[in-house]
Amino acid sequence: MSNSEELERALARYVGAEIGPPAVGPDLVNAPMVRHWCEILGDANPVYTDPDVAARSVHGGLVAPPTMLQVWTMAGVALAGGGGPAADLQQELHALLSEHGYTSVVATNCEQVYDRYLRPDDRVTATTVIEAISPEKTTGLGTGRFIDTRTTYRDAKGERVAWMTFRVLKFKPAQPAQAASPAAAPAKPRRLRPLRSHDNDWWWQGVARGDLLIQRCAECGTLRHPPRPMCGACQSLRWDSVAASGRGVVYSHVVMHHPPIPGYGFPLAVALVELEEGTRIVSNVVGCAPDAVRIGMPVQLEMQDVDEELRLPLFRPVSGAAEEAR
Amino acid sequence: MSGETLRFDAVRDGDRLPELAIPLTATLIVGGAIVSRDFTPVHHERAAAQAQGMSDVFMNILTTNGLVGRYVTDWAGRDAVLQRVAIKLGAPNLPGDTMTFSGRVVARDETERAVDVEITGANAWGHHVTGTVRVRLP
Repeated sequence: MSNSEELERALARYVGAEIGPPAVGPDLVNAPMVRHWCEILGDANPVYTDPDVAARSVHGGLVAPPTMLQVWTMAGVALAGGGGPAADLQQELHALLSEHGYTSVVATNCEQVYDRYLRPDDRVTATTVIEAISPEKTTGLGTGRFIDTRTTYRDAKGERVAWMTFRVLKFKPAQPAQAASPAAAPAKPRRLRPLRSHDNDWWWQGVARGDLLIQRCAECGTLRHPPRPMCGACQSLRWDSVAASGRGVVYSHVVMHHPPIPGYGFPLAVALVELEEGTRIVSNVVGCAPDAVRIGMPVQLEMQDVDEELRLPLFRPVSGAAEEAR
Repeated sequence: MSGETLRFDAVRDGDRLPELAIPLTATLIVGGAIVSRDFTPVHHERAAAQAQGMSDVFMNILTTNGLVGRYVTDWAGRDAVLQRVAIKLGAPNLPGDTMTFSGRVVARDETERAVDVEITGANAWGHHVTGTVRVRLP
């Protein structure tokens, strides 16, 4: 039997199983834990913390935020690990997957349905069943398996107070190398880097110096953009460049709303700008509302350092153009 | 949050919730993990988060749930009763970023006097959370 078949068989044994005896909340539902929660989350709803207001509310007294549901039976410091034996089948399952390389875990989905709000002095008990383990899936984080669980929460009388389905991805990190190099994972998203090659690197070097250059055929003088090796008019491979004045007009444009690509502001005004020298360049229009951009609008080059490494030639309406276009 | 609770009859399908921007401080991320008794190291220890390919500690799902609940009751008022919160997580919430909630009423249940609100919490990387919250109104 192959290693993977063995794993599949081992995993199948967990599906449908209760992970262990019901988890009994170590603390009764209580005001201090509720207040700490509300303080850090900035939740000012007085039904959670003000007995007088709560008494006059639809609840008739203090209640706990329903989204605190999981808190009452959380394992606490034990979640920090420490290499002890698995306390329940869920931990055992996670340990088994870790052994097979799925070392990381993230929560991806959660659904909670509340039968009633919890009140101070409620004792919460949770019963969890492993509902499904997916085949290996490829995700943005890495390849992994989704584990679905269903937890039923009951009070001291055994009455159900809520239920929850929870999905986690147990995965092999796609880029474990980043662990050694925090800088490899930037904290802020940045614009996509331009694709630079020997055909256009000179042009980007110009931008880095603050110059918007236009490629010119050294034989017939025809201007062209974007940079490329051969003149479309006379097929000459000889070329030089001229500096653009930076003046132009919007030849065409779109306002992009979706998808919200990290590193860009949305809505994003993307324009094809016709320079007064005659070539056209794709860029963004800044300095006016995206919906104020119009075809024919006069624009002026604005070199912008969009992050610490990237300078881009953007365009801004010449004074008054945005207002006139409205 | 305002003192008045929205009346079911005053809410229309398609109504938009006011946006709410949540600054994602390390205090909120670590504090949220601790008040939810979630001591999983990736939520309070940078090195553990980096070993998982993240640049820093990131928000746990319980804190996200709590903020989603807060966003809806901030809008609906103190006598609004949450019945269901269903969320899907996407881009992680990391310190130094901001998450902005937006929301829209997508369904009304006359019998239950409940509305479904579709919510999105967006940060610089995209959608941290999308989901639906069912809330009963007076």
